[in-house]
Amino acid sequence: MTSTTDPRELTVGVGAGGLATADMVLNIGPQHPATHGVLRLRLVVDGERIITAEPIIGYMHRGAEKLFEVRDYRQITVLANRHDWLSAFSNELGVVLAVESMLGMEVPERAVWARMLLAELNRVLNHLMFLGSYPLELGAITPIFYAFREREELQTVMEEVSGGRMHYMFNRVGGLLHDLPAGWLGRVESTIEDVRGRLPDLESMLVGNEIVHARTRGVGVLSAETVAAYGVSGPIARASGLDVDLRRDTPYLAYDQVFSSGGPGRVVTRTQGDSLARLEVLLEQVHVSLDIAQHCVGVLGSLPQGPINVKLPKVVRVPEGETYYATENPLGFNGYYLVSRGDKTPWRLKLRSASFNNVSVLSETLPGNLISDMVAILGSMFFVVGDIDK
Amino acid sequence: MSDDDSVRTRAERGPERRGAATDNMSDRTMDAEQPEREPERGERGGLVPGIFKGLATTARAMVTPSHTAEYPDVLPDLPPRSRGTIALLEENCTSCMLCARECPDWCIYIDSHKETLPATTEGGRERQRNVLDRFGIDFSLCMYCGICIEVCPFDALFWSPEFEYAETDIRDMLHEKDRLGEWMATVPPPPALDPGAADAAEVTALSKPVRPGRATPPAGRP
Amino acid sequence: MSLLEVVVRSVVVLAAFLVLPLLVGQTEHKVMAHMQGRLGPMYAGGFHGWAQLVADGVKFAQKEDVTPREADRWVFRLAPAVSLVAYLVALSVLPLTSGVVGADVGAGVLFVLAAMAVGILGPLMAGWASANKYSLLGGMRAAAQLLSYELPMVLAAASVALAAGTLSLSGIVEQWHPLWLVWQLPGAVVFLVAAVAELQRVPFDMPMADSEIVFGPLTEYTGLRFAFFLLAEYAGIVVMSLLFTVLFLGGWQGPFAAALGWLWTLVKASAVAFVVIWFRVAWPRLREDQLQRLAWLVLVPLGLAQLAITGVWVVLTT
Repeated sequence: MTSTTDPRELTVGVGAGGLATADMVLNIGPQHPATHGVLRLRLVVDGERIITAEPIIGYMHRGAEKLFEVRDYRQITVLANRHDWLSAFSNELGVVLAVESMLGMEVPERAVWARMLLAELNRVLNHLMFLGSYPLELGAITPIFYAFREREELQTVMEEVSGGRMHYMFNRVGGLLHDLPAGWLGRVESTIEDVRGRLPDLESMLVGNEIVHARTRGVGVLSAETVAAYGVSGPIARASGLDVDLRRDTPYLAYDQVFSSGGPGRVVTRTQGDSLARLEVLLEQVHVSLDIAQHCVGVLGSLPQGPINVKLPKVVRVPEGETYYATENPLGFNGYYLVSRGDKTPWRLKLRSASFNNVSVLSETLPGNLISDMVAILGSMFFVVGDIDK
Repeated sequence: MSDDDSVRTRAERGPERRGAATDNMSDRTMDAEQPEREPERGERGGLVPGIFKGLATTARAMVTPSHTAEYPDVLPDLPPRSRGTIALLEENCTSCMLCARECPDWCIYIDSHKETLPATTEGGRERQRNVLDRFGIDFSLCMYCGICIEVCPFDALFWSPEFEYAETDIRDMLHEKDRLGEWMATVPPPPALDPGAADAAEVTALSKPVRPGRATPPAGRP
Repeated sequence: MSLLEVVVRSVVVLAAFLVLPLLVGQTEHKVMAHMQGRLGPMYAGGFHGWAQLVADGVKFAQKEDVTPREADRWVFRLAPAVSLVAYLVALSVLPLTSGVVGADVGAGVLFVLAAMAVGILGPLMAGWASANKYSLLGGMRAAAQLLSYELPMVLAAASVALAAGTLSLSGIVEQWHPLWLVWQLPGAVVFLVAAVAELQRVPFDMPMADSEIVFGPLTEYTGLRFAFFLLAEYAGIVVMSLLFTVLFLGGWQGPFAAALGWLWTLVKASAVAFVVIWFRVAWPRLREDQLQRLAWLVLVPLGLAQLAITGVWVVLTT
């Protein structure tokens, strides 16, 4: 409740004094229809107004970083896939890029553009998921079906090239596993056109809808300072005015070409920092990613014949040293801090996941809001619990 | 595609803009050709509330034929690379154990023993052969990563798009080699590759020069 | 009225009460599905899943009857009945066509509104008795919402009664004229919005907001009790649709009203029920304070304005 005046105090005199009230401890989650996954929020509420909020995480901790330490760099891709499962390709990409940078490996151009295409399609998949689930939390039961239909079309395309709909396992150190199937680029292009053509249906349910505006405008405002202090990144940070996007600022793959002037890449920002801004950023990013994907399809169609990966030795050993490699995942910065002692397994592979920071800001944003606003804010803090807990 | 421009986020703007005195963020966008993407979020100009757009879309969706495929009456059309189950071509397997070693989950169980075959010619050497006793994949552990298939040097493992093998007892999820062999019938041929793909190794090998040190290449080799 | 007639009328009303909500429910399944690009139930009963709700009823009946240990037993158990019986009683005075009504009550409008007001107690009892924090929150929200939206409904209904000069529902239909669609329009809008809010349907289903408070007052209910609550919701849609038809759409008036009056009533009520379903499919829900603001700052003034217009009109035309 931030759009009206300060909360008023109402003292009802009964007999000698006012009515005594007690604050109620309400646990939202870990099993709850609104928290995507097993996030637990321990709220202390006065009636419906939240006094304190404490996110309690760890229900989905799988020890990923420990499991990384005994697996080689191809097996790590299997596990890395699974922390942010909505954008699995981007996770894999981060791992192999970190390893390739330590090896000093040059990846063939075909692989670079194919990776970019798949990463951007993955971004669309991730954003569509939240564009569907966020209205569901607000009570609109239809946009999720429209969003999931588009996801299905894109997942079909991803399945054709990699074999998986969600966990692609397609990135390898040095490139991609297989080359693209014949006719696939044409199918990607027509799918992008179809998805773009049906996006107005999804948007018409959200954009301009007065009820959505009433639920999200001015709700959960995050200032740019809070965002920077907590390390929030991705669409949430950009919705608060922080103009940071690793694809443009520390480009990897061929993003420097795409984000240069005249290219299809654009950094989408808003200044209001409320839930509506976050929703708008997501919607617009879908358009931008579809543009980038289309551009990549064009480039891939025009590249000369070439390999899709670098032939690796039987055992891939990463030389001693360490590196931190961050990519712009759909949810934010996704960084891998790789420490190697020359083995074929990493000594330490620490995962900097976007959702962890995105969720940590809840304890500051939620107090003072009503429980309904809590749901609106929670839904707009796009996170995946596997990403928080690893 | 809807010709109603107003449903687009770009054009969907009213005159109000909450608190954004300067829209300097969009100044930093690199692409000057794109239309102005102002974060305007006021009410739509006009008398019809925006909520009616939602009504119109749902009404239109109602009269459009549904895109649902009624599984299990209609089976999905899965691409060849689809990762449904793993099939074993037993005669190719030499029990090299590479797949079992590389599996991140250690869900492949291989037992084999060595057999000594007598010499086929007089005075010849006895041959040793690996005989596969047991090859089991525990699909309750399998993460469908495909490393085993990728790593097999003898093309004994293949992906198959079959996915309907759910069981009520988890122990039945451990497929032994006869069941894995049955999946072979469902393995599709690999898809043809994009014209931009590099030529296959068999094709490029033809153009490689003959290795020095041999007067004539052995029969059967390029 | 003889005993036999009472029994026959009761049975007919009960039959309508049990069948019409199922029709509305099945319509909702199918309409919602097609609006979302799906198919809805297809298997139950063979032909496009027509028997889905019958199957659901059987399913609910064979479930375990769970009453939470901490719950207030009898309040918990009686809550569904309170909701259900209120709508049953309300249905019994709604006329289907001229002369066909369960019980012809002289002050029909008053009776129906009063009966539905009693139904408000159901969610409140459930919310309090469930010994569940989510139910408590839902119950509080329900209390605030249902009480607030009684007033706009009463104002709109009063306007119609004033225009017709009678509180009897059959009398209102007889006095109805198509021109009423124009000058009772604000009242109709107010009544429709208030009715949707009284039914706790989206966009006013804050008390049952499943993404926030699991299922509000109904969280702890399972099996047949839960089915009764759901039946009450759909019966409420039937009652509200019929009431809206009778008050604002002219009930059984239409071509060949003598023979087909019942058909017109049902057709008009179905259209209203469709609109209620349509709202649910298309829109998100309002926050409870926005709900209240809508009731007190928009609907009540509009209702009062409509009442004023009606009053002026009545004075001018008599």
